[in-house]
Amino acid sequence: MGIRFILMVNKQGQTRLAQYYEYLTLEERRALEGEIVRKCLARNEQQCSFVEHRNYKIVYRRYASLFFLVGVDNDENELAILEFIHLLVETMDRHFGNVCELDIMFHLEKAHFMLEEMVMNGCIVETSKSNILSPIQLMDRA
Amino acid sequence: MALSGMRGLSVFISDVRNCQNKDQERLRVDKELGNIRTRFKNEKGLSPYEKKKYVWKMLYIFMLGYDVDFGHMEAVSLISAPKYPEKQVGYIVTSCLLNENHDFLRLAINTVRNDIIGRNETFQCLALTMVGNIGGRDFAESLAPDVQKLLISSSCRPLVRKKAALCLLRLFRKNPDVVNVDGWVDRMAQLLDERDLGVLTSSMSLLVALVSNNHEAYWSCLPKCVKTLERLARNQDIPQEYTYYGIPSPWLQVKTMRALQYFPTIEDPNTRRSLFEVLQRILMGTDVVKNVNKNNASHAVLFEALALVMHLDAEKEMMSQCVALLGKFIAVREPNIRYLGLENMTRMLLVTDVQDIIKRHQAQIITSLKDPDISIRRRALDLLYGMCDITNAKDIVEELLQYLSTAEFAMREELSLKAAILAEKFAPDLSWYVDVILQLIDKAGDFVSDDIWFRVVQFVTNNEDLQPYAAAKAREYLDKPAIHETMVKVSAYLLGEFGHLLARRPGCSPKELFSIIHEKLPTVLSSTIPILLSTYAKILMHTQPPDPELQNQIWGIFNKYESCIDAEIQQRAVEYHALSRKGASLMDILAEMPKFPERQSALIKKAEDTEVDTAEQSAIKLRAQQQMSSALVVTDQRPANGTPSGIQLSLVKVPSMSINEDQNMAEQGLSHENGILSKVDPQTPSADLLGDLLGPLAIEGPPGTDVQSQQNIVSGLENVPNTVEAAAIVPVEEQTNSVQIGIKAEWRAHQGRVVLFLGNKNTSPLVSVHAIILPPSHLKIELSLVPDTIPPRAQVQCPLEVVNLRPSRDVAVLDFSYKFGNNMVNAKLRLPAVLNKFLHPISVSGDEFFPQWRSLSGPPLKLQEVVRGVRPMPLLDMANLFNSFRLMVSPGLDPNPNNLVASTTYYSESTRPMLCLIRIETDPADRTQLRMTVASGDPTLTFELKEFIKEQLVSIPTALRSPMAATPAPPIPQPTSPAAALTDPGAMLAGLL
Repeated sequence: MGIRFILMVNKQGQTRLAQYYEYLTLEERRALEGEIVRKCLARNEQQCSFVEHRNYKIVYRRYASLFFLVGVDNDENELAILEFIHLLVETMDRHFGNVCELDIMFHLEKAHFMLEEMVMNGCIVETSKSNILSPIQLMDRA
Repeated sequence: MALSGMRGLSVFISDVRNCQNKDQERLRVDKELGNIRTRFKNEKGLSPYEKKKYVWKMLYIFMLGYDVDFGHMEAVSLISAPKYPEKQVGYIVTSCLLNENHDFLRLAINTVRNDIIGRNETFQCLALTMVGNIGGRDFAESLAPDVQKLLISSSCRPLVRKKAALCLLRLFRKNPDVVNVDGWVDRMAQLLDERDLGVLTSSMSLLVALVSNNHEAYWSCLPKCVKTLERLARNQDIPQEYTYYGIPSPWLQVKTMRALQYFPTIEDPNTRRSLFEVLQRILMGTDVVKNVNKNNASHAVLFEALALVMHLDAEKEMMSQCVALLGKFIAVREPNIRYLGLENMTRMLLVTDVQDIIKRHQAQIITSLKDPDISIRRRALDLLYGMCDITNAKDIVEELLQYLSTAEFAMREELSLKAAILAEKFAPDLSWYVDVILQLIDKAGDFVSDDIWFRVVQFVTNNEDLQPYAAAKAREYLDKPAIHETMVKVSAYLLGEFGHLLARRPGCSPKELFSIIHEKLPTVLSSTIPILLSTYAKILMHTQPPDPELQNQIWGIFNKYESCIDAEIQQRAVEYHALSRKGASLMDILAEMPKFPERQSALIKKAEDTEVDTAEQSAIKLRAQQQMSSALVVTDQRPANGTPSGIQLSLVKVPSMSINEDQNMAEQGLSHENGILSKVDPQTPSADLLGDLLGPLAIEGPPGTDVQSQQNIVSGLENVPNTVEAAAIVPVEEQTNSVQIGIKAEWRAHQGRVVLFLGNKNTSPLVSVHAIILPPSHLKIELSLVPDTIPPRAQVQCPLEVVNLRPSRDVAVLDFSYKFGNNMVNAKLRLPAVLNKFLHPISVSGDEFFPQWRSLSGPPLKLQEVVRGVRPMPLLDMANLFNSFRLMVSPGLDPNPNNLVASTTYYSESTRPMLCLIRIETDPADRTQLRMTVASGDPTLTFELKEFIKEQLVSIPTALRSPMAATPAPPIPQPTSPAAALTDPGAMLAGLL
């Protein structure tokens, strides 16, 4: 099914955005987030961006204080996901202008809108930044 | 209208952000939840704006990890709001908070449908997205035709159609029949001519799902995929905004090549040629560039192209080109590329011709086994495992053994299993195999399952040439100062059987063999003692002419164990004692074990069983799927290819029966040989099962026999508090008898690994399965995901990692619930992660004991208490009881024969491995009281340990098994009808503690 979840977590391990594409109970989410955040945050720059966890993989990338963690199936193309994270960040950058953790915190709904335009049902829907952002711009103008 | 417009929300978010700690945060959140609840109660006065604001707050709180068990209705009701901002919030929050089984969702189905078929395309998008994310079967049945219509409609704009494609994908997964309707295949093929890249990207995902399900039907889409790839990779015929760092949508390229991997071959020569042209271009034209993003994106495409080339089994030249590329990748500095190089090389092993080229990179791969990054090490291990064959097995296995000493806990089990399998599959000669396994036991005994040493015994028994060698090796290991329990078992067995072949060598006379083995007896678990007794009997038999001194010594031991509380030990002692007095006839009875019938390695069989993959069929037939997934669902199905891949050791031909309990073997062997012994286990359960359940990959057993066999295990292993914990089956619900919960545990220092086996005995699935661990504060317990549903007659394994943080007697509880019919069933079970699991017996000499004892003077490090109401028991039983709790009694250390001194090491994260000393002074005149003194370097530990021991001495729970309780009564066989205990499953499980 491709992407199972997308998490944005800061250095302290606080979740700033969580979007799951398969249903997990709250306890499962809490446990999962705890485990993978612990695993990924402990890694250094010289290590690769992929962590195997249970029966799937985490592809992650760090931007300043914020970690983007994407859970994918084992046979997913890791680099494509890694660059998809960057595309997401660039898209947010274009909207917020130099996006930071606070933008995502205080504009949670916008971050969600963008993700909705980019990923659906665990698959990538759209990769053109202007197409992704146009509904949000419409809304802002309204 | 954005969040910035919702001041209340911003205030709340910054309040939460400013909280100093978790408690403050919880207070703030609770306050907000209370507020929202009150506002929702009074819904009439709520404006749509306020509703929207509260619903966002709910989502925020939910994201922080707090339960939000109300307000769902309000979120769903926003879906039917007339205005876009409210509707949007309704849809987004609903798809975050609810799941497809939620009743509220079904209520909204009409509203959603109206939005989908309506004319407002923004509404259409919202509705399609939500259905695509959480739509269930109901949605599939009522919406599929509408969604299909939208997807192929010429009047619909791309922004709606791309969402319709992925929405349809969801509906297809929920019910494939609604999509596979007449004429859909042609429509699908037309969709691939789409110019808009958004629509094409999502349609490609849809196609992948459809093709993976039935590639034959979608044959006509194949040339279209090749065209798409040409359009992107060769012609670069796409709008600027879809190129990413100069690369035409890497994601669509990857997806398209993925779709192509679901078609088994490409027959049409023209299509094949065009595809290979594009692939060649990608393979040759991808250079390493400075820009990270561009580099990643182009390599994403390259790796997918490699996968496709491998899948298509291209010409040899192109294949070697691929291996050359991968060989380059596994040596680069960039860790991501190195990781992917290793991963793809493992996939490449499927292609038969390239193995030799891959072998050239062996040295580099072995280097990666020492990489600082565990992700890369895992890949290297998998690759080495996959590329191993008879020519390089020696090198590879020896590397694995070397790595074992430094590998982290998490990898050791996998590593040992893999090394054992490789050694068995590819052993160039059997003495090497014996060497490897003995080394493995020596270095990582905790991870060597019984199956592995059973296998050694089989090989040695069946190969006469090997016997003196193996016996000599076993003898060597016994000289080592501290050896693993498993090593004691295997050496004792081998020396019992074949020790006489060494008779002329120095240090190998029967007497010497006996005494070196007997030295180990005080340190072993009671499960090992039967093996030692058998060895003594065999040594006795081989000592011709009889040596009266040795005879008396061994008889003395038999005599001592004739009153042992462990039934197995007792029976052996009695029987061997009686048998060994029969003089010459002993020779026949205790003759060497007959050759084993040829049988399949339980190890390899297990490795195969784990390969059964219930998930969606993967495009890449990974040979290296043996990697252990941690939560796997195993159903009754067996791998289609029953024969093991790779070469079996031909010396032992492989039969169907599987190895198992050595003790049973011995017994059965004996009774069959001569019919003198009457003991034949009346209900020997499928012994196979036994092996399976206890092994490291323990999985399933045929339904129906479970309860019996599992109970058997309980009785068989009740007194094995160490490595492999007894597996318990608790029929949780008496009426339905629908669930079995089993446990396997291994403990090591302050860590433990527990595997919960959740078995569904019904013919219908168990749904809404929840398992939560409520750990006490001193344990860190990580439970892997428990699937929501357990398929009929399937068993799910859920591994738990337990870390002991500090001393405490509190017990972790498993809160397990599921839905059976319409009833929620809930059970709370105590997990056997108790204090004494983190103890390791240690023997202390008087010289060490007394200074320590004196240096720990007085409270709080040394505590003394007079305990009354002790269940009276002979001192020897008490010593056994202590030993069974891993408190090692040192006989004779205390000059007073009525006293008892014991020592142990306690492991936790906060304390260093800590020595604990215990002294018990009993009163021979009144056995119901005693004085207990406990000392350690940590006050909490001293207190907790003292209380723990007191609990064991004073009131022993009735459910506790006999050996631990040291009941003076004869050993009680495990009740076969645990009716009484059924009422309290917790008690059942507690019995195992």
